[in-house]
Amino acid sequence: MPVATETKEAVEKLGQSTYKWGFETDIEMDLAPKGLNEDIIRLISSRKEEPGWMLEWRLAAFRTWQSMEDPKWAKVSYPPIDYQDIHYYAAPRSKAGPKSLDEVDPALLKTYEKLGIPLHEQALLAGVEPGEGERLPVAVDAVFDSVSVATTFRKTLAEAGVIFCPISEAIREHPDLVRRYLGSVVPAGDNFYSALNSAVFTDGSFVYVPKGVRCPMELSTYFRINARNTGQFERTLIVVEEGASVSYLEGCTAPMRDENQLHAAVVELVAMDDASIKYSTVQNWYPGDEEGRGGIYNFVTKRGACRGARSKISWTQVETGSAITWKYPSCILQGEGSVGEFYSVAVTNNCQQADTGTKMIHLGRNTRSTIIAKTISAGRSDSTYRGLVRVQPKASGARNFTQCDSLLIGDKCGAHTVPYIECRNMAARVEHEATTSKISEDQLFYCRQRGLSEEDAVGLIVNGFCRDVLKELPMEFAVEAQKLLQISLEGSVG
Amino acid sequence: MNTISPDRSGPLALFSQRLEGVAGAERQQAVAALQRVGLPSRRVEAWKYTALRALGQTSLAAPAATYDVMAARAVLDDVLAAQDTLAGLPRLVFVNGRHAPELSVLSEAIKVTFFVDTLRFGTAAAPDRDPLVALNTALAEDGAQMQVEAGVDAGALLLLSIGLGGQDSTFSFHPRHAVVLEAGARLALLCVQAGQGAYFHNPVTDISVGNGAALEHVTLQLEGDAAVSLGTVYANVAGEGVYDSFALGVDGLLLRHEVHARLGASRAAVHVNGVQRLGATQVGDMTSVITHAAPDCISRQTVRNVLDGHARGVFQGKVLVEQIAQKTDGYQMNQALLLSPDAEIDAKPELEIYADDVRCSHGATVGALDDEQLFYLRSRGVPEAQARQMLIEAFLDETLALIAHEGAQALCRAMLARKGGVGASA
Repeated sequence: MPVATETKEAVEKLGQSTYKWGFETDIEMDLAPKGLNEDIIRLISSRKEEPGWMLEWRLAAFRTWQSMEDPKWAKVSYPPIDYQDIHYYAAPRSKAGPKSLDEVDPALLKTYEKLGIPLHEQALLAGVEPGEGERLPVAVDAVFDSVSVATTFRKTLAEAGVIFCPISEAIREHPDLVRRYLGSVVPAGDNFYSALNSAVFTDGSFVYVPKGVRCPMELSTYFRINARNTGQFERTLIVVEEGASVSYLEGCTAPMRDENQLHAAVVELVAMDDASIKYSTVQNWYPGDEEGRGGIYNFVTKRGACRGARSKISWTQVETGSAITWKYPSCILQGEGSVGEFYSVAVTNNCQQADTGTKMIHLGRNTRSTIIAKTISAGRSDSTYRGLVRVQPKASGARNFTQCDSLLIGDKCGAHTVPYIECRNMAARVEHEATTSKISEDQLFYCRQRGLSEEDAVGLIVNGFCRDVLKELPMEFAVEAQKLLQISLEGSVG
Repeated sequence: MNTISPDRSGPLALFSQRLEGVAGAERQQAVAALQRVGLPSRRVEAWKYTALRALGQTSLAAPAATYDVMAARAVLDDVLAAQDTLAGLPRLVFVNGRHAPELSVLSEAIKVTFFVDTLRFGTAAAPDRDPLVALNTALAEDGAQMQVEAGVDAGALLLLSIGLGGQDSTFSFHPRHAVVLEAGARLALLCVQAGQGAYFHNPVTDISVGNGAALEHVTLQLEGDAAVSLGTVYANVAGEGVYDSFALGVDGLLLRHEVHARLGASRAAVHVNGVQRLGATQVGDMTSVITHAAPDCISRQTVRNVLDGHARGVFQGKVLVEQIAQKTDGYQMNQALLLSPDAEIDAKPELEIYADDVRCSHGATVGALDDEQLFYLRSRGVPEAQARQMLIEAFLDETLALIAHEGAQALCRAMLARKGGVGASA
């Protein structure tokens, strides 16, 4: 029972603190005044030294946003958000952007150390268990509040021709690429939060993998909201050319706070012929306390376009954090024979609310998609899987398989499944299945009989329940995700 | 009374003339509710896939006081001819929404009163929950209120609604039916909605199944080819009661059968099954909300669609399990067979669960006829058209077999067989 032991140890190490990432780092911040107007957007744009077209793009998005209303259809409830009461720009104060790790504020690096992010290149292999032999290192782009503070392994990546840099830098250094693809998958006016993000995004990562290149290492971004009353609006753009491939990891944390903080990111993926993108997320934003005070509002738009034939986009997410999650990583399957995948584990406890799922839009012939969604609700939380599978008339031979399973722990939580299936092609096959149940007494009894505590038994069973998804995660993430599951459910049994 | 402006209220304007004149507190309340929310557009989640455009542009009047007796009798005879045991059953016949005593045959086991006499709206169907129920409340002309006393097995009853419309839709009718089964009572209710031409039929049926009672409710939508039929059923099921419903959507321009079933006490059971067999430009919508409001209840749902031509099938099925409803066993299955490149299915099976000790699952599949199965049949000398027909029948057979009442099952099969010819029109 190595998994159980491991998780048990992890929990013991944590002692009483249920959210170990809840520290705040005291560093000098450069804050824009609260509120949102065209001047703030001009300020953000000028701080980022952006070209004129970018400012125009932002302003156009802002005008669109002003005419929109925030979406109400998700099964989540929260008091209205005052968008004028948020700082739209917060940056650790430093000289004109760090050139190397040495220039980064040491307090900041400490923060990342506490987070366990192997930001220092030499420390990267430290987390690798012995006996596994050579492992590829991970390149990290760390985003602190609104700006990217450090990107590692840039030289190695550059040798392979891969561009991995903060998006603000990409706008300056690679304007043609950014201009061509930014907003091409998620247009600014796509929804309320994407419009807001397009107007005010401050940083994020940009990845470009040229034709035929298999990205030599995993790329990773760590997002952390630190300052009070700030919104984090990061923008990620990943473009993978013909025959190229990349695996990208994303991790998120935030300090404990009484008030809610807004996080509205946009992620766009573009995959050309035979390209493949694997995008993994472990989302562990501060979920609020047991009474539901504080926590992050996570309103994210993630979408990938399989533009080329036989291209593949795979989303894997483990969602344990955030007070409210509103997130639907999607695939537009345009290229013939392209493949979309969505693997998700969403855990809610206490007063968390999650409305998450995916959209698979089949446009091209012989496109395939797989959706595996595992939902676990405990405490007084509510968790919803909401998904759309749409097969357009030209998508002959399209194939979808969807499986949604929900596990309820306790009788005060809710688990909901709302799949939408729209099929306009007779030569397509769509299959959907969903189940909802609790942890079976038999399984619990079996584990208890073999000497496991009730909590460990639940952890073990939950990990088994999520196995189909966890096995899709890269190694380091899978271990972390297992621990997170256990911690998130702490105190929910017995 | 406020008037309803055509630009603000969309299709509601079609009824503005009639709505202005309504009297009585309940009806006026319903009009007020309608003025607040209007008739649903596709922006309303429950109507996401079904538009009321098919109601047309011209104002819809009340049905005329008299009807064409010959035409009504022809429809009645046609239905009776489809299945030989039907003629022997007691029946209630409504023409254009009004009771036609001359065509009806009453049964002693069932106490029947008429809405036109009692003006009783019942309680399960609240007008503010659903605009079409509000419309019905405001405009209801007549309806049958059927009651079976405790412990009585009332056998089967045919409730035939005949719509006699012309080429263009000029009138609408809004029957208000009610069924009350007292403790231990039994009834098989066969609702056949038949007709010709264009009209708008908006029935509301308010059902109460008592302790240990069992209602079998089979609805056949065989409406006029240009008719719009949007029926709403509210069923409240008491402890150990059974509400076993089946709906068959075959004829009509736009069909919707909406069931709200509530399992109110333990060991109750609800079945909401259905088949849609549509072609040409038909739209058929089966929507249901099954609410488990008590522990130890069972719900089962199987809906199958066979869609041809430019037809569009809609399935929206929600199973809601309240916190108190531990030990719930819910199962829902929706399957669609697309026979033509232009056919479409939109499905939304939905689980909303607040109790943890439950077993709920749903499934949905969409596909075409299996080439391998076709090949198998053809390799054994079965001509293609016949092979296709066999496979379609096989697909539907399992669901039709769920209809417990033999006569009703035979009637559904007969009506599907009549429709079978449509298969060639793709």
